[in-house]
Amino acid sequence: MIGRKKLVIETSWCKGCGICAAFCPKQVLEIKKEKVTVKDPEACILCGMCEMRCPDYAIYLVNLEE
Amino acid sequence: MPSDLIHLYMRIDHLPHIWCPGCGNGVIMRDVAVALDEIINDTDNDIDRDDIVIVSGIGCSSRAAGYLDFNSIHTTHGRAIAFATGIKMANPKLHVIVLTGDGDCSAIGGNHLIHAARRNLGLTVICFNNDIYGMTGGQYSPTTPTGDKATTAPYGNLDRPFDIALLAAGAGASFAARGDVFHARETTEIIKKAILHKGFSLVDVYSVCPTYYGRKNKKGDAVEMLKWQRDNLIPMSRFNVMTPEDMAGKKPIGILAENDFPEYTEEYAKLIERCRNKNRK
Repeated sequence: MIGRKKLVIETSWCKGCGICAAFCPKQVLEIKKEKVTVKDPEACILCGMCEMRCPDYAIYLVNLEE
Repeated sequence: MPSDLIHLYMRIDHLPHIWCPGCGNGVIMRDVAVALDEIINDTDNDIDRDDIVIVSGIGCSSRAAGYLDFNSIHTTHGRAIAFATGIKMANPKLHVIVLTGDGDCSAIGGNHLIHAARRNLGLTVICFNNDIYGMTGGQYSPTTPTGDKATTAPYGNLDRPFDIALLAAGAGASFAARGDVFHARETTEIIKKAILHKGFSLVDVYSVCPTYYGRKNKKGDAVEMLKWQRDNLIPMSRFNVMTPEDMAGKKPIGILAENDFPEYTEEYAKLIERCRNKNRK
């Protein structure tokens, strides 16, 4: 069974490089005022690509239940 | 709060790190953390977290030894492999991982690199290769491509670049591989194999430096530089079936050399044993 996951952003660690937004396969993210924000939460497929590519560990998935 | 992985393996009071926006080094450091997490949690390996030692030299890359929460030592410029040699010789059961940069490992520490490779001493060297000296302001390094600009090459670099993975293999390393920032999962697997390899292993990981190398050479921002890696650095399995026309200008990532040569600390232990037995007779 696949546990539920949630996308989390640590805004204070984001340097606004835009890598996560550019490589998100569903165009969920955008950079506003040099920080990442979620533009389209419904479209997120929780693939974790942003977490793997973020050089600053500012965006990641957490498991909501074990 | 950072993710569990970062919390577990990095000194979060030192984060966020000092690397520039879009710098590839953060991704490579995460690849190392993921690789170590998977190695430690795989009971087949029987490797304890305290058996890992991270050694770094000087440069942007070498900050990583301060961020990664393992037994770690941040040493002098170019000498990371020399310090690592001492650690490995003193306690061969340790897994000694050297985090270094293209300048630190192939210019200032070039001799340490080739001789550790030649001896096949059981270290793992992970080179954060960003084609330039970032920390000191963008001077050209031994891996800056010919013709590219740097603060010390305003009209273009005359030198031909080192291919660090092939250099290590040529010097006798029993494991030499190439990775990059874009192919993070593939590179993590390569790093895992390098750490578990018995003998000298080196992974030349192509980083991106948008601040100095990218800006000086009009390569675009970090996103553009990663797209270049996506389109021009090709995983070996795919590279091997490409046509010669498609291969032009591209490079494979993956394991370039893998051999079973005698490992130095094991040979050293055998030598001691031989001498002792001789003296007993």
